[in-house]
Amino acid sequence: MENMVHVFLMGKRYEVPASLTIMGAMEYAGYQLIRGCGCRNGFCGACATIYRIQGDRELKACLACQTQVQEGMYIATLPFFPLVKQVYDMEKISPTQQIMMQLYPEIYSCIGCNACTKSCTQGLNVMQYIAYAQRGDFARCAEESFDCVMCGVCSSRCPAGISHPQVAMLARRLNGKYLAPKSAHLADRVQEIQNGTFQELLESLMGKPISEMQELYNHRDIEK
Amino acid sequence: MYTEQMLESMKKVEAAREKNATLEPRRMTAEEKDALLKTYHPDYKEGEFAILQVGPNKGEKVPTELAALLQGRSRIRPADIDLSHPDYDTDVLIIGGGGAGASAAIEADNAGARVMVVTKLRMGDANTMMAEGGIQAADKPNDSPAIHYLDAFGGGHFAAKPELLYRLVTEAPEAIQWLNDLGVEFDKEADGTMITTHGGGTSRKRMHAAKDYSGAEIMRTLRDEVLNRGIPVVDFTAAIELIKDEAGRAAGAVLLNMETGERLIARAKTVVLATGGAGRLHYQGFPTSNHYGATADGLILGYRAGAKLLYADTLQYHPTGAAYPEQIFGALVTEKVRSLGAKLINVDGEAFMHPLETRDVSAASIIRECSDRGKGVSTGNGMGVWLDTPMIELLGGEGTIEKRIPAMLRMFAKYDIDIRKEPILVYPTLHYQNGGLDIDKTGMATQVENLYVAGEAVGGIHGRNRLMGNSLLDIIVFGRSAGRNAAKTAAATESAPLTLSHVDAFMAALDEAGIDTGVVSPKLLPNYARKK
Repeated sequence: MENMVHVFLMGKRYEVPASLTIMGAMEYAGYQLIRGCGCRNGFCGACATIYRIQGDRELKACLACQTQVQEGMYIATLPFFPLVKQVYDMEKISPTQQIMMQLYPEIYSCIGCNACTKSCTQGLNVMQYIAYAQRGDFARCAEESFDCVMCGVCSSRCPAGISHPQVAMLARRLNGKYLAPKSAHLADRVQEIQNGTFQELLESLMGKPISEMQELYNHRDIEK
Repeated sequence: MYTEQMLESMKKVEAAREKNATLEPRRMTAEEKDALLKTYHPDYKEGEFAILQVGPNKGEKVPTELAALLQGRSRIRPADIDLSHPDYDTDVLIIGGGGAGASAAIEADNAGARVMVVTKLRMGDANTMMAEGGIQAADKPNDSPAIHYLDAFGGGHFAAKPELLYRLVTEAPEAIQWLNDLGVEFDKEADGTMITTHGGGTSRKRMHAAKDYSGAEIMRTLRDEVLNRGIPVVDFTAAIELIKDEAGRAAGAVLLNMETGERLIARAKTVVLATGGAGRLHYQGFPTSNHYGATADGLILGYRAGAKLLYADTLQYHPTGAAYPEQIFGALVTEKVRSLGAKLINVDGEAFMHPLETRDVSAASIIRECSDRGKGVSTGNGMGVWLDTPMIELLGGEGTIEKRIPAMLRMFAKYDIDIRKEPILVYPTLHYQNGGLDIDKTGMATQVENLYVAGEAVGGIHGRNRLMGNSLLDIIVFGRSAGRNAAKTAAATESAPLTLSHVDAFMAALDEAGIDTGVVSPKLLPNYARKK
């Protein structure tokens, strides 16, 4: 007999195998998921979930696909959260502190309660990356927020109404486009290709019989 | 977390770690690889394939599960559908909200077309989001598009369509540049040099990455760009049939609101199918690394509309799916783990193969180790071999894992496995659809005008096996070009009356052939709800 636990899905009690994830438990209970289920592997943020263990006051957040069920778990899924996403033209904005002031001024209303960090399903230091964004330190904001899956739980807990994942998204794009060092070898290669440098070589490869290609492939030199 | 039996085996892995870490196992010869694949690769397994009786690929074999869907019943009766009052009217209709669809949307928008995206889940719920390891491009001085071509052509068993592969490798550096200019963060040295590694079957280090969130970083950036441009995205809305016009061209789709069941009609001048892969069909009972919606819908839609499939009988089983614990069974363990130095080790602590053979060869080799050779580790749920992750820190120094593969560290830490200290158990998982719809070099389906296909739904770019990092690349290269070309063709297309007669004709052909597979298709989502 499998080891079973009792969980409460949206308040309703079900008995499910203890080995399951929350997502697995919902399906075991009979749910055919549409919302609240995406990559099933912790990368997409579709299955943000809030839970509380019976008898415990603390409200916890997790990804349903990444979290095993526990006895007495009260589970509420958060398949959508209305984040504020400002629109901007990446070609026209610049990586200055003012851009945050213009697009996401609410970050300056942060009261330092740290509820965002405590609720992060990825265990990120959310309040810290918002602090970096406030200062216009986009490189650090990008690094600190990098593993964000944009599930939105942090924002659901924020008394200042900050849409943390969108602030971080902007910071990462600014960092990737404007602040990170340029790759000279990349620009050179794009130019070479535009100049047709490799065309003849490639066309000769494309014209070779398979037997000759096999020879070339089986004896190619492999970089250590 | 590990069982007694696993810990016993792990002692042998630990004891041999130092020796195994510096060992350079011999690569297999072409003959050895051929024999291995024929004996152990699932693509060669008899009895798992069916011959199509109807449609453009009649007489060819495809996986049994796919055959049932390709020859399944439509979700609509064309006679019930009123095409005269479309709910949406656009130039370019993009079906699918992953990396290929988003890239197509951005470029079609750039080209001045009216464009809209429909996706059955959310924008970004796609295999792109889950691609961990990286994206290839020959942009280093010791590399060239020609070497990239040879690696991919050989790795794909010399079956790729040369004109498509040519485009993949020559447009790769520009694809990286385009992504970087959109703000995608790549791992770089302080001087801007891209940090690149090997993948299985590469002869140069050309794998660009954003830690082990490479696909997620690309996808969230593309999605952000689509939203910034105000391109309409209709989410939780699946395409359930293509609509053609009386000239036989693709001209829209019948849509289904996944939540309310409402049917809607989208009329367009051109259609881009960017519906992705098929992992959730669980071919041969394999677990999958794919996202929830990977059910080959585009192949079904395209096939009914007359588009031909290419290499639909070849699937990619990623050698390293998580084999343990069961909560993450089948989840992807990125190839980058091996790029960074971890080796595959059997129950006796032996490094039984070179860790960077191509994926098909690696998967077959692991299956052999776990079956005929009897050198696998029992997981309670099957078998697996060790992937010795602590080697990474032994070779690259402490902190390498946290810096380069944080997602892997996190995924196992949730089950109290510290991959810096303990190896992990892996077994092949269904990962990628090598085949798909046949396209010409402009991205148009070879048999259906005005139907473009991009991303994993395409067949022929990679041949019969794909190298790591060439899929994130192909969704960008062919997604962008599908968007550009679909916009251009749309501008030159005069609308004609719409029709679903191809659906009637296909259903009539099924009747005539006496085929009833008992399923309706496209499948849209897997059925995981327990039936009581």
